[in-house]
Order: sequence, then structure tokens, then C-alpha cells
Amino acid sequence: MQTLVAYVENKPGVLNRVASLARRLAINIDSLTVGPTENEEIARMTIVAHTDERGAHRLEASLEKLVDVLLAENISDRALLERDLALIKVAADQQNRPHLMELIKVFRARVVDVAPESLIIEVSGTVDKIDGLLEVLRPFGVLEMARTGRISMTRGSDLLQPPVPQPESSALEPTSSGVK
Amino acid sequence: MKLTGAEILCESLTRLGVREIFGYPGGAILPVYDALGKSKLHHILVRHEQGATHMADGYARASGGIGVAMATSGPGATNMVTGIATAMLDSSPVVCITGQVSSKVLGSDAFQEIDITGITMPITKHNVVVTRAGDIARTIREAFVIAKSGRPGPVLVDVTKDAQQGSAEFDWETCAPKLPPKRIRNNHDQAEFDRAVEMLNTAKRPLILAGHGIMVSGAMRAFEQFVRAGNYPVAMTLLGIGCFPAKDPLNLGMMGMHGEAWVNNAIQEADLLIAVGMRFDDRVTGDLRTYAKSARKIHIEIDRAEINKNVKVDAALVGDAREVLEKLVPHIQTRDRSAWIRHINELKGDSAVRDIQSLPDTGHLYAAHVINDLWKETRGEAIVVTDVGQHQMWEAQYYHHDRPRTLITSGGLGTMGFALPAAIGAKFAKPDAEVWAVVGDGGFQMTMSELATIVQEKINLKIAIINNGYLGMVRQWQEFFYDKRYVATPLVAPDFVALANAFGIRGERITTRAEVTPTIRAARESGETVLLDFRVEQEDSVYPMVAAGASLNDMIRRPHSPLVETASDT
Repeated sequence: MQTLVAYVENKPGVLNRVASLARRLAINIDSLTVGPTENEEIARMTIVAHTDERGAHRLEASLEKLVDVLLAENISDRALLERDLALIKVAADQQNRPHLMELIKVFRARVVDVAPESLIIEVSGTVDKIDGLLEVLRPFGVLEMARTGRISMTRGSDLLQPPVPQPESSALEPTSSGVK
Repeated sequence: MKLTGAEILCESLTRLGVREIFGYPGGAILPVYDALGKSKLHHILVRHEQGATHMADGYARASGGIGVAMATSGPGATNMVTGIATAMLDSSPVVCITGQVSSKVLGSDAFQEIDITGITMPITKHNVVVTRAGDIARTIREAFVIAKSGRPGPVLVDVTKDAQQGSAEFDWETCAPKLPPKRIRNNHDQAEFDRAVEMLNTAKRPLILAGHGIMVSGAMRAFEQFVRAGNYPVAMTLLGIGCFPAKDPLNLGMMGMHGEAWVNNAIQEADLLIAVGMRFDDRVTGDLRTYAKSARKIHIEIDRAEINKNVKVDAALVGDAREVLEKLVPHIQTRDRSAWIRHINELKGDSAVRDIQSLPDTGHLYAAHVINDLWKETRGEAIVVTDVGQHQMWEAQYYHHDRPRTLITSGGLGTMGFALPAAIGAKFAKPDAEVWAVVGDGGFQMTMSELATIVQEKINLKIAIINNGYLGMVRQWQEFFYDKRYVATPLVAPDFVALANAFGIRGERITTRAEVTPTIRAARESGETVLLDFRVEQEDSVYPMVAAGASLNDMIRRPHSPLVETASDT
């Protein structure tokens, strides 16, 4: 599993290009999350892909060839903070509710909705932590679940920032007549 | 100045230096055609939109500039798909402009509406829909920058009808390209560069693999300096042909599936491969597990995604071929390579035996002879545009190109039907050059309707059909690998001479070798398009051949006379 971060233009169609590229390279995506950054024109993606280092290099380099991708980087080998968020609706009656609450506390999750027959639990953390909670909740009856997929950030002074705009690129303009 | 979107489009193209547009009109692009009529742009009416894209591609490849193709929405746009993919696989800068239904009905399955940007997303370098007249100029300028920069490729601009009809203020100064900012990468560190130099200066059996990137980068001069500095022998990919003169003693010829046997053997024996602007395609490597096992590899390549894709390399110098080569040249120490070059020459065998010109005329007509005679007669100075298949490989083997951009062929996608329209495009790019379309009887029948375009445009093209009555390359595979079961490869063709005449083009049929040179000579002297139908040996095969997936040195040689890879009756 390889983790890539990409900064992309925050506009329609870009997600399609990124997903289509991975499909074309025959790389399966495990999760892809996207959201705006502090600059509303730029979105940040975290891509978790089923591939090896060589595949990740190809995906990274191919992503950067897309006009709308400003930067793509494989951060798998770096010190990372990784988070996933899940909402889990679990069956809960009067009898097992106290037991459930205990477990939720242990996992430092929160109850965000209470109904007579069920609870919605919000949990964030690493994939392993959420998988662990899910495992213990399963015997109670998981009715519904929604997960965000992973977001990742390199730790400390290891910064990964979008490139700054360059001056207008008309100097690069070619002419059709070429080398006559 | 207030102009309509259609006028802005034509004005922008004109300002970008475009003179010719290859296209086909239709409802959703009609406003642009109306503006075209009032502009100085020359529109070439094709007979099928695939032809328009191949023409733009041929134009780009012959000129080194950008080709422009135009079509209407729906079927007009989808007909371009094969041509766009062809340009994509061979990194050819083509800008395709398609009409689209009005933005108000986008997504409603309106008449002739199709999601052409969705369809072409994986086969374009970039594509975009324009829905406002005010965005057209900037988008077209950006399309030109994208098509030509870095590793070139096709760009499609889909313009809705309301964007064409709407009007906007047109000011060239304020609509300069504004592409998203890109991270500037440090392409290779000094350590990697030094490692490459060390390899270049210590190799005993170095070999250059020269690809299309040398031409794309315009690196021919730097490349020659590099070759001379290191005294490196050169092997070429199919698309690399022309980047270094064939007549140069250091030029060994083509590598790969139908490459010269000595080239493939030299690759397997080399201790250093210097790949320049090529991508280790499966057609040039054969089985990767046995490929050049004793060689270290240096890869000079502009596209990072190509590094270590197929072949793991020891040093990757990412960047424009010309820049990297110019940086390398001062560090190259000249070495005596005479032992290594002598060894390769021994691999070649007796060149006197191999010279097909000296083979006796046995009354049979072989494609290799036709192409070799064409080379001699044109003194290697024509632009030759080939189709795909046996004749394409024979052309690469027996027409010796000394200048860049004189062989134009569909390499990556292998698109049959490419030759005739691409040759038309090449002729528009180089009106004073002698342009030959060399095409099989199969591929010719795919796009032969473009003969009408030739007549309508009154251009002077020479067409050589290598007619063997088969889909020859497929037949060859059936012969070698399917026990001669010729399923769906025998091919009925019309009388090509009568067909040419029906279009108003002179045609000749040639059945013996004695007729070849005089007929070519007469065709060259004619100021008009001439079609020559060469009826060649039906079951001849291209040798040598590395079967798909076999090791590069595991070649099928011509039975009886492996030195003479072309047909002889010995």
C-alpha cells in the first residue's frame, strides 16, 4: 500500500482525471479523499493505492503530467500522521447499551446520535484503530457505516506545500509553422 | 474590439501562426466555419474526421510545429478518436477543435451531443470544454502551449455552439496563457549526473539507443556531438530513424522486433546502453528478463513517468534531450572503440552478400526491392510516410534516412490507415518536399477516400501501394505462429489503378522488378499525384523477427539465406 498526496486545481473534472489515470495505469485505489485547502483554488488529495514503490513512482510522475495537478508526491516512507473518520450506526437496546458505552470510551470514540434502537458512533484515528472498533462492534450488529478514507500529513518541519503561481506563460508559446 | 467566439477562435489560430486546418463541418461547428470563410486560414476539407487528425499529425511531424484538426460534435468528434490516440502514443503535438451543443442543453443527449472530453481523457495530453466566448482565446493559447511543451501530445478543445455565437471583448494582450503553477523539480542531482559520466567514460562496449525524443527536442546537433565525443555506435528505434544519418558509419540501423540482427545482438552484448528519448517499448526490448543483461543503463528522458517503467536503469537523467546532451558533451572522454565496432561489423556479416541491389533479378517483385529502389531513385531525400505492417518494416530497413522528420509513421499505436492522410498533412507542412505515401493494400483501403481530398486540394503526392493481396503482417504471424492458417487475411482489393482514375488520379500497375525504377522516375517527374500499385510477392515475410515475448537475440532469420534478410530465390 502506498500513500500519495496531490495538490490539484479545485475545479470540476479533476477528480475524474485523477481516478481515470489510476485506472489506465491498472493501479487500484484503496481510498481517495479530496478537500479544499486554505487556498480555495487548490484542493488536496490523499491517495492510498494498492501498488509497490515502482507503481507509486509511475502514478506520482503521471499525476504531475496532468495539467490540473500542481504537485504529487509519494509520502509512504516519511513520518506521517494518518487519519480516517467513520460514522457507525450500531444496534443498541437497553440491555447492551452500557457495555457499548464502555467500548466506545476505550476507543476514544463519541456517540453523536441516540435512538431507541441504535446509536451513531463517531470515531477518528488510524485505519487500524477504526478497524479495531469495528471488530468489537460487529457482535452488536453494525447497521450502517460511512468512512471518509484516509487523509495524511507529513510530520513536523517536513512541509508539503503547493507551488506558488508563476508569471503568465506566454513566453512558452510555440507557433504552428515550426522549424521552417 | 468585440468579436464573436467563432471569430475569436479564427483570429487566435491565425495569431498563433496557423495557416492550415484539416477539418469537416457540421451543425455544432458551423459558426466557426462561417468565420473561417472570412479569415486567411486555409481549410482542407477531408473525407473522414480520422483523416483530419492524421493530417494534422503528419503536418506536425513533418514541420516540427503543431497541426490543427477540426470537426463537429458527436460523430465528427468520435471519428477523431483513432487519430488522437495515434498522436498521443507518438507524442505528436496536435490541437483538435470540436464543436459541441449549446451549453444550455449539455447533458441532455441533444442531437449530436457526445461527451468527447470524457471519451478522449485517456488519449489526450489535456482536454477542455469552453462554454463562453470570452474564454476561447486563452484556452486556445493554452492548448498550444500544452501540446508543444515537455513531452508533446494532442490537446482537444470542445467549444459549445453558444460560445461560438456569443461575443466578447478580444484583446490578445490580456488573454495570455495562464496554466496552473507546477512544482519545479530538480530533475537529477549532481551525484546521478556524475555516475552517468563515470559509466559513459568507462564502458567498453557502449551503445546508444536513439529515439524519437531527439527529434522532438531538436537535439540532432547535440546528439551528433555526443556520438562523436564518445565514439558511440548508435541503434535507432523506429521513430528515431532520421535523428542521425543512416550513412554515418556509427549508425548501425534499427533495433527491435524487426531490427537488424547485428543491432539486437550488439544490444545483448553491450556493457552500457545509453537510451536517449526512447521508452523501452516491448517492440524494442523483447523479453525483459533477458534484455541486455550485461549492460548498465543510462536513461535520458523528459518524462519522469518513463523512468524504470519497463527497464530498471542505473542512472536517469530527466530532462530535455538537447539540454542533457549539451551538459554531458564536455565531460565525455574520447575512447578508442575500434575493437567493439569491429566486433559489431563482424556480427553484420558480409555486406556484399547482404546488398540486395546486387541480387539477381529472378522475375519476382519483392517489396524490399521496391523500397530500396525508391530510396536509390529519390537519393534518400523524400519524406516517406508509411502505414502499418510489413511494408512499414521494410521501409525502415531498406529506405535509409539521413535527415530528421523524413520518416513519418505510426509507431506506438500502429494505426492502419495512417499513411495517406498523414502524407497529405506532411505535404502541406513541406510543400516543396517530395512526399511519398508507402502503404499496404489493407491500410490503403481504410482511408483511401482521402484521394478525393488530394484532388480537391490539387496537391502533388506520390503513393506507392505495396500490394500483396494479404494483410501481410498478420499473415506472417499466422504463418509463423498459427501453422499457416490464414484466417481473415486474404484480402480482395479493387483495381487500384482504375480507382485512382475514377478520382482523377493517374495510376500505374507494376509487376516486375525491371519496371520499378522507370515507373518511380516517371512518377517523380510528374507534377501531379501518381498512384503506383506494386504487385509484390504474396507470401513474403519480414526478417529478422523477434517473436512477441521472445529474447531480443532469439530471432527468426530468413530460411536459407539469413544474411540476405530480404527475399531472394536462392
